[in-house]
Amino acid sequence: MYQYTAFDHQFIQLRAQQFRDQLERWQAGKLGEDEFKPLRLQNGWYVQRYAPMLRVAVPYGELSSQQLRVLARVAREYDQPDAALLAEAQATQEKLGDIPLHDGRRIGTKLKYGYGHFTTRTNVQFNWIPLSKAADVMDLLATVNLHGIQTSGNCIRNINSDALAGIAEDEIADPRPFCEILRQWSTLHPEFAFLPRKFKISINGAREDRAALGWYDVGLQLVKNDAGELGFKVRVGGGMGRTPTISPVLREFLPWNQLMNYLEAVIRVYNRYGRRDNSWKARIKILVKAEGQAYIDQVDEEFRQIVEVEGGPHTITQAELDRVTACFQEPALDLRPSDAEAETLALLRTASDEDSEFGRWMHRNVLPHRQPQLRAVVLSFKRLGYAPGDATADQMDAAAELADRFSAGELRVTHEQNLVLPWVRRDQLPALYKAARALGLAKPNIGLLTDMIACPGGDFCSLANARSLPIAEAITERYQDLDELFDLGEIDLHISGCINSCGHHHSGHIGILGVDKDGKEWYQITLGGADGSHLSGPASPGKIIGPSFSAAEVPGVIEALLTTYRALRQQLPDQSQGPKYEHFIDTVRRVGIDPFKAAANAVRLPSTALSA
Amino acid sequence: MKIIAASAHQKGAEGQKIIELPNDADPMALDLAGVTRIDLHFPKFSDGRAFSQARLLRGRLKFTGEIRATGDVLIDQLVQMARCGFDVAVLREGVDRDDAQRQFDRFSAFYQGDVLQPQPHFARAA
Repeated sequence: MYQYTAFDHQFIQLRAQQFRDQLERWQAGKLGEDEFKPLRLQNGWYVQRYAPMLRVAVPYGELSSQQLRVLARVAREYDQPDAALLAEAQATQEKLGDIPLHDGRRIGTKLKYGYGHFTTRTNVQFNWIPLSKAADVMDLLATVNLHGIQTSGNCIRNINSDALAGIAEDEIADPRPFCEILRQWSTLHPEFAFLPRKFKISINGAREDRAALGWYDVGLQLVKNDAGELGFKVRVGGGMGRTPTISPVLREFLPWNQLMNYLEAVIRVYNRYGRRDNSWKARIKILVKAEGQAYIDQVDEEFRQIVEVEGGPHTITQAELDRVTACFQEPALDLRPSDAEAETLALLRTASDEDSEFGRWMHRNVLPHRQPQLRAVVLSFKRLGYAPGDATADQMDAAAELADRFSAGELRVTHEQNLVLPWVRRDQLPALYKAARALGLAKPNIGLLTDMIACPGGDFCSLANARSLPIAEAITERYQDLDELFDLGEIDLHISGCINSCGHHHSGHIGILGVDKDGKEWYQITLGGADGSHLSGPASPGKIIGPSFSAAEVPGVIEALLTTYRALRQQLPDQSQGPKYEHFIDTVRRVGIDPFKAAANAVRLPSTALSA
Repeated sequence: MKIIAASAHQKGAEGQKIIELPNDADPMALDLAGVTRIDLHFPKFSDGRAFSQARLLRGRLKFTGEIRATGDVLIDQLVQMARCGFDVAVLREGVDRDDAQRQFDRFSAFYQGDVLQPQPHFARAA
């Protein structure tokens, strides 16, 4: 992973020092609330429903075991509400009511503390740290090059990428050096700190789009042209929110060394002409849609002037690309000789015989690697009793330990809110499985229904219209049977507590969106959304299947949708490994949403049941 | 960067050629001949259009006169203003100048190039 230079390290320390200065001026009354707000936001500090929230950046998802241990320490020592605050928050949340399960049990809010939450944009969030300790936390994070720089605010946010960057077997080029070059370029950019709205960039280097490029303000796909030269296919103007938009392609091929010059043009034109009168219309997608070719022409002209008039000072030199690439040191792994293949196979067979779930784990949680003797392993943070993507301090320490033992001390935070161990030797898979299973992190559900994405929702977030976590828990409770989960196959279920779409409901095969009606929690269901991966197909927003459902109805609606899928799905021609069916998303695309809509409507509760 | 109090901010004397440029105007369309000062405006500190205007005036058009930041100007934006080409900022009354100066003393270098130092850090370090 990236080895931080002395300059990088000092920069983050100075940023922590600057934040302390700002915090102290705010505490002393020298900075007003409104003036302090953008400063704390650009350091990752929100003020939420009951307490501040800290969002720590994990640039392009890469995390060292040492960094994860510090995150564990933040959870253990600082993510601790005082008893009165917690009790008050819990009591307030309980008034929102419970969600009944089909077996008569009820799911309500259970506020937790002392944990970190992995987000879809590979950040880590904490929910209970008082602002009075904010500067101490930033100093602690800075010791391991962690920070909250630009994790909020109307600026260029944390850069995202594929969780398998640099290790995938289908990679055209490693995107990580470009992610790091953009991290540096965007960090404290003087001109682009007060854009009309937030600005998110994602980079993918593989043939499969695992970085949701179409959904980003800027999506960059590494490509090679006919001459074999490396460059980027540049998409601009995607986004979720109230106006879900898949970005158009602005450049089919931008030479790699022009990346920053071109983005400077893209963002400068946006900064000058993006709407500022209405925050719902301020994202770049609205400008690109409204102006169309005129926007593209402006960007092209600005790009030309940056290069021709100013000499393109941010042209990436080969020397700089080489330097940054060299900072991504390949870990020194003690690889077994190829003649140990028989031994490895025997180990894997024994593990399979000892535990029937091992095979399922190998199938779901173990991913191919460009190095044949290695695998990438997903630790599942989707398990009963925890919100999706939540990790306690002890679990973070334990995951760090697994990374040290099995993966050269490196982890990746995934878009789906799990952790990946990127450098696991094949012969060590049985030992890793046992260790992960003992920690409750070996649930073989990666890509399946319960590997759902959910935002913190109305239990924490002040923007949310409805809670996400009790809905997630109710569905997780219902689908604990692995045979059933495997039979349902791969399904992206995404839950957002409001239209800001942090839970990416637009891109879920099934999307659940919290909406507010008369102060009560309601949920809109969408079908057929796609993030752009091979399985999901081209990025597109899901379609709404009708008026929203009450919280109590949602688990039944999900079940009805899945039952409908099972009734309508077609068998695939290849039955050599037993019966195989088309995926949920393919059935939805083939038959349309009507049969699903009818099934969902059929399980609406009579209005009397709602008020019960 | 020169910091002046709101009370010391004058519209300019007779004969001085000063442009007060609204933040939605195109600086590239200006006739800069004889212009000694351009006032750029921040209606709210969170409206960052004037950063791009200053950057274009200084970096692209090579304007050498004064570029002054007016309106809702915060201490914590002064460094980025200077890096975009502003050389004077009008702060409201009662702001502690030591607090402002401290911000300039903190970072000795930045990653990306700017109008003060057009080369990015990587190009200078090499």
